[in-house]
Amino acid sequence: MDHVLLIEQFLNGFQLGIILFLMAAGLTLVFGIMDLVNLAHGSLFMIGAFVGGTLALLTGSFILGVILMIPAMLVIGIAIEMTALRTLYARDHLDQVLATFGLILFFNEATRLIWGPEGLVVPLPAFLDGSVEIGLGITYPVYRIVIIAVGLAVALGLYILVGRTRIGMLIRAGASNRTMAGALGVNIPKLFSIVFGIGAVLAGLAGLIITPITQAQIGMGEDVLILAFVVIVIGGIGSIRGAFIAAIVTGVIDTMGRSFLDVLLLLFLPANAAESAGPALSSMLIYILMAAILFFKPQGLFPPKGAQ
Amino acid sequence: MSALTCLRNPANAFTALVLLVFATGPVVMPLIGEPFYVIVFARIMVWAIAAVSLNLIMGYGGLISFGHAVYLGLGGYAVGILAFHGVTSGWAQLAVAIGASAAVALVFGAISLRTRGVYFIMITLALAQMIYFLAVSAEQYGSDDGLNILSRSDFGLAFYDLNDQATLYYTVFAVLLASVGVSARLVGSRFGAVLRAAKSNDTRVQAVGVATYRYRLTAFVIAGVMCGIAGFLQANLESFVSPDMMSWPRAGELIFMVVLGGMSTLFGPVTGAFVFLMVSDTLAEWTIHWHIIFGPLLVLVVLFARGGIAGLLNRKSANG
Amino acid sequence: MLRKLLGSAAVLTLLAGPAAADGIKIGFVTTLTTPAAVIGKDMRDAVDLAVETLGGKMAGKDFEIVYADDEFNSQKGKQATERIVLRENVDIVAGYIWSNVLLASAPVVLGADKILISANAGPSPLAGAQCNKNFFNIAWQNDQTPMALGELLNQQGVKSLYLIAPNYAAGQNMVAGVERTFKGEIVGKDMTVWPSQRDWSAELTKVKAAKPEGIFTFYPGPAGPAFIKQYQQAGLEGEVPLYSVYTLDAISLPLFQKANMETVLGTKMTQFWVQDLDFPANKKFVADFRAKYGRYPSFYAAQAYDSIMYIASAVEAVGGDISDTDGMRAALEKADFDSVRGPFKMGNNHHPIQNFYERTVVKDADDNWTTAVGRTVLKDHQDPYASQCKM
Repeated sequence: MDHVLLIEQFLNGFQLGIILFLMAAGLTLVFGIMDLVNLAHGSLFMIGAFVGGTLALLTGSFILGVILMIPAMLVIGIAIEMTALRTLYARDHLDQVLATFGLILFFNEATRLIWGPEGLVVPLPAFLDGSVEIGLGITYPVYRIVIIAVGLAVALGLYILVGRTRIGMLIRAGASNRTMAGALGVNIPKLFSIVFGIGAVLAGLAGLIITPITQAQIGMGEDVLILAFVVIVIGGIGSIRGAFIAAIVTGVIDTMGRSFLDVLLLLFLPANAAESAGPALSSMLIYILMAAILFFKPQGLFPPKGAQ
Repeated sequence: MSALTCLRNPANAFTALVLLVFATGPVVMPLIGEPFYVIVFARIMVWAIAAVSLNLIMGYGGLISFGHAVYLGLGGYAVGILAFHGVTSGWAQLAVAIGASAAVALVFGAISLRTRGVYFIMITLALAQMIYFLAVSAEQYGSDDGLNILSRSDFGLAFYDLNDQATLYYTVFAVLLASVGVSARLVGSRFGAVLRAAKSNDTRVQAVGVATYRYRLTAFVIAGVMCGIAGFLQANLESFVSPDMMSWPRAGELIFMVVLGGMSTLFGPVTGAFVFLMVSDTLAEWTIHWHIIFGPLLVLVVLFARGGIAGLLNRKSANG
Repeated sequence: MLRKLLGSAAVLTLLAGPAAADGIKIGFVTTLTTPAAVIGKDMRDAVDLAVETLGGKMAGKDFEIVYADDEFNSQKGKQATERIVLRENVDIVAGYIWSNVLLASAPVVLGADKILISANAGPSPLAGAQCNKNFFNIAWQNDQTPMALGELLNQQGVKSLYLIAPNYAAGQNMVAGVERTFKGEIVGKDMTVWPSQRDWSAELTKVKAAKPEGIFTFYPGPAGPAFIKQYQQAGLEGEVPLYSVYTLDAISLPLFQKANMETVLGTKMTQFWVQDLDFPANKKFVADFRAKYGRYPSFYAAQAYDSIMYIASAVEAVGGDISDTDGMRAALEKADFDSVRGPFKMGNNHHPIQNFYERTVVKDADDNWTTAVGRTVLKDHQDPYASQCKM
């Protein structure tokens, strides 16, 4: 096993982790601040891909599509929050799970009615396609490097937003003690809308930037959603730092598992079994990890201090 | 209260109606030219059994398990895998179904019950996903394609042959009634009282000196076994088992059935399963875009009919 | 409440409809929802075209098609099959894109002693040990096309190969097919989780490390473009040539053309049918399809069209009396009709013995991306499971 394969697979895992982070960040914000379990977060991932993809095809530029997607998802997110989700804040988690489960069905079908069942193929501009030498004799797809860069930039941006700005302070206050923050005059409903909007943009971004690789299709958010929930549970609900670390770890374990588990298994099992067990068992790894972490730290790795 | 007075309550009347439909299905449906619905009803009853088992821990225990569908799979694969290897004895298959469900429920319960709230939901989901992926990776047993089961469970009794459609149907019906009966006994007992009290306020119950963890774990195992038996029946009914039967959307649908019928009512899961599946089947026949109606319908139920059908109907009767 | 229930029961009875007194009901199971519905749509369009071409009659009798949706899922497909067989009481069942759906649903149809015609799926069990007198496959057996591809690879002088395919019945058959005929070395094999895995970064990285002379892949439906995209992005284009079966077709090519993925032009694959095969039935079919729908038919469409014509030929042979199942079976075994693939025979296991051609992706005269037929790679080829069938 040479170092090239190892490093490339690590980068692939890191890139997957970035996508998971974008999803998990929005999810953990919404859950941490608004105490809302939103299964339809995966639908936002899908909507971002389709809306952004359509904008990219209309303007003829992928970059423009990404830029225009941001305000579009902000508007869409806030609209969804104000119409469908506001009533759920007062409800218990079960109600939220069920209602948002129903929303998933609705969004999937609505997307199919608007865009048809085929999905969307979004091309990349030529300078983003292809590979580049990154030293150590490794050539890696340019676009995946871009994804990693974008993800790190967003992580930095969120860190600054939440830690260093006024809005971030309001978010942290709301996360710590919503009632108190409201009593002190913070406009909670408006804050919630903004937070949800941010979450929607993050999810939409994740969906859109993965589209040139995997194509946009109906229901694309559902598998990512489950992983994102695993990530925020491992990382600690409400913690963006936790989401980042957990996301990267999850992405790397999943990808490295898929690549090397069958090699490992070949030591114990016949070739046939090792070949197909590898990918499936590596998906189990994540859940085993989550179960183990929750066993020792039932609130995840970095539960926010003072959280209710 | 006499039976008749009981039936005056719309919720009870509806329950009685559903049970009547189930009981007379194999006779009435062919008469009105719809023999296909006998299979549909049998299917619904299997889901109803699973829903009753979920209600035990969710409705009465307050434990929202997003991984309950996994026991359907365990029961189903017990039949499938054994049949694949030539073991068609119903006794063996049932024993394995019960044993596997109990063991898995014990382990999963032990892990999950250490957590609360949304963490509990997530971990039950994650643990179920592990079994799901295990089934998907089992190439020999069909993995994602599923496994055809060529013969039904054989109990070796001359008068009892599951290959006879009516026998299988009424077996399912009997198990359904039995599961509700077990539920009723449990809930009405001291065990059930502890469970319900713990749902209300766990700390207080523990303060009184009752180890709620053990009660919950026991309930979890009982629910798992009940659902495993439903899985056993499902495998016989469908002659087919696949990992999809224990995927998380199935678990979500189970939760919905319980809520729809009216959580923490004895027959709620039965009527819930009936309405949920009949509505989705009917809608699906009208249009392939039925999700766009069904989705919002579910949302509306959650928002405005929180007590489920039982709640709705009871409210009506209260208002006269 | 009681009144409502009785009312709906009455409505249901009415909806069940009177059994078509003298007509023929053909059930067609395909994928009408989920992203894979693009294939189902192509087949449905072809079937509709066939109905139109036949004027809605077989041997003078009216016939109708009852479509059912398998939702790309074995269990749902099985239930859909149950519905059309037990509730709609169709006379013949045809269709089935996916091998897993077919394997789960076949017992329902065959158990009811009705004729089942696969218009796409060709899993090996039904061609071998589990062959059935009522089951006919009008398309191909899964192993055949990749066997032809393996032979093509030999002819192209490829010495080492990496295999990537989805881990389900058809994917396993495809890989097995190539392994049967390819004489070079298999340097790597990855069976991926189907259908959920859509990121092949891990596998493609392994391909780069293994440095084979070619990659063989099979990703039907919408997964095809996704895979080829990633293959290109991994820098493998031009480094390791791509060979595929059932991944590039008339459904995915327009998507590639729209996204300007010129990498697929010139790619080679093998198939039993190509748009420009020079047979009168095919010329008519392709022309009619293009006229009616404004696009090229895929091989899925060709097979679906053939399945209806095939059934029609059997119905004609029994003079419209479909209750004569022995006569129907005999006619289906003879397969005496003008197929779009040209003349062929039915094997003892009810699977076609037919030619397989080399196909290349090209631009046609109107600048549409399509495929062109090349040499005949395998002539009158029979699938390798025929000997296991005791019929």
